[in-house]
Amino acid sequence: MEILFAIIIGVLYAAGIYMILRRSLVKLIIGIILLGNGANLLIFLLGRITEGAPPIIPEESKVFLEAYADPVPQALILTAIVISFGLQSFAIILVKRAHKVVKTDDLDEMNATDEDS
Amino acid sequence: MTQQLILYPLLLQLLLSILLMFFWYRINAQRIISILGSILHLGLTIYVFSFIWNNGIQTLQAGSWEAPFGITFVADSLSITLVLLTAIAGLAVSIFSASSMIPDRLKFGYFPIFHFLLLGLNGAFLTGDIFNLYVWFEIIIISSFVLITLGGEKAQLEGAVKYFTLNFLASMIFLTAIAVLYGLTGSLNMADLAIKVAEVENRALVQITAVLFLIGFGIKAAVFPLYFWLPASYHTPPSAVSAIFGGLLTKVGVYALIRVFSLIFVGDAFLDEMLIVIAILTLFSGGVGALIQNNIKKVFSYLIICHIGYMILGLGMFTEVAIAGTIFYLIHDIIVKTNLFMVSGLIYRIKGSSSMRALGGFYSDYPKLSLLIFIPLFSLVGIPPLSGFWPKISLITASFNTESYWGLAAIIFASFITLVVIAKLWAEVFWKNPGEIRERFKFDYFHKMGKYRKLGFVAPIVFLSFVSLYIGFGAENIQILSSRVAQELMDNQLYIDAVFNNAQNPE
Repeated sequence: MEILFAIIIGVLYAAGIYMILRRSLVKLIIGIILLGNGANLLIFLLGRITEGAPPIIPEESKVFLEAYADPVPQALILTAIVISFGLQSFAIILVKRAHKVVKTDDLDEMNATDEDS
Repeated sequence: MTQQLILYPLLLQLLLSILLMFFWYRINAQRIISILGSILHLGLTIYVFSFIWNNGIQTLQAGSWEAPFGITFVADSLSITLVLLTAIAGLAVSIFSASSMIPDRLKFGYFPIFHFLLLGLNGAFLTGDIFNLYVWFEIIIISSFVLITLGGEKAQLEGAVKYFTLNFLASMIFLTAIAVLYGLTGSLNMADLAIKVAEVENRALVQITAVLFLIGFGIKAAVFPLYFWLPASYHTPPSAVSAIFGGLLTKVGVYALIRVFSLIFVGDAFLDEMLIVIAILTLFSGGVGALIQNNIKKVFSYLIICHIGYMILGLGMFTEVAIAGTIFYLIHDIIVKTNLFMVSGLIYRIKGSSSMRALGGFYSDYPKLSLLIFIPLFSLVGIPPLSGFWPKISLITASFNTESYWGLAAIIFASFITLVVIAKLWAEVFWKNPGEIRERFKFDYFHKMGKYRKLGFVAPIVFLSFVSLYIGFGAENIQILSSRVAQELMDNQLYIDAVFNNAQNPE
């Protein structure tokens, strides 16, 4: 299971960075989304995957009796998902506006800021 | 009561931004609330600062969850100094925005977002939890995205695309680093991490994590070779926005680097050497970049990069003298860079251009203003007794002590380049006969403004120039402050004790 996750995360990171390096604005957004998902899965994996052991203390006991799934990574992922969700929607609007104003989809042609003024 | 004290600056900013939202279209009310609120914030921060100065490091466990489990807020001397500087720069920029931002931008929520940005900065400086730091970083960048795009001019949007992408990438790398660190130690509290990371046996993995943090924060702090987003975007928004970005946003990256590499990843020769190499290259490339620019805002953008190098160099040498130099430089730099971007805004309003080739004759037209602008410009160079001079003494002494002569050479080289750049700027903008600048219609020239608006432009520059002068002439006090910060940073046990002792016996 861990191996499978590791491979998926690797693919997500690689695909995300590849997409960010492309010149198209839309692919930039896709890259950002993939990278964000990769990071979230990485937190999940590194928080150790424990199957079928929710972090609930049985009634008759006062402490945990066996290994349990760590709830902290899930809280972190939830926070990170919400944040990256907001950022992605901002990115989509930004790209739409930029496309409308600059009239190009090619990042290489967005060089008005580097011109001498 | 005193426990919550350190949260008050943060809560005040939150309250301000919420309050400002109720006055969405009433921009005059927004201006007044923002300025009054910033004055109140400055007063409050001075109070908190003096409290911490007298009583030592204060901590707050959010929701009374004990230290390694809940979110901790820690105010040591470094944090509270930076919060104080944020308040000073915030007040100046607030006054400057009130008169320099056009009403159309103010109507789309400039002031609420501006105060959200300050909230994020305060939070990032005060938190003692690494994931919480990530969240504050996100608040900062989301607010800065809005500020940089507000207005939607072509150059702004292009700059914003670059700014957005690189900052998002930095956040993702930071998040990856947190994930690996959590996997290694199972903790997020920075004091707890300091203990647990030292015990990890797999040092290679710790180094990789540290490098991930270095890349993530390095993009935000704009160090070599990760700085290319900065000169492509910082000159595009209005000067008030550039001022707060140039003064504070990159410094948050520097703060995070100082915090992480003085608390969690300490005493690793490989990392320190890497920091020194990066710093030298940053000093070099930023300086050379500034030399060839023509737009004054872009010159200042490159100088930001160049001077980040000083701070990273001090951090890399990691002796008490070097850290004191770094902190002193940080204090000086925040004030001066904020001021310089406001100055560039003022020059643009007066002449209608930012191009050094076209500008000229400023000194003969406005001799008093020129003398005022002289102060931040030459503080930046570090002509004694102005403020940029003193931290360099500490840094040079430290590089002699640690025998890093390349660092020494870079410090002197970067100072020299800064001098050349500023001298060139002074000659071009202030002394030279003016070139051809077309009179613009519908342009809001400085000389057509009313008395109060003019005051709104000049007053914050005067204010920050006085702060700069104080840092220069009262260097002894600042040196005492930075030495104390350096002592606290060198001995990370103080930080750890403050977090855990308070947790064991809450008052």
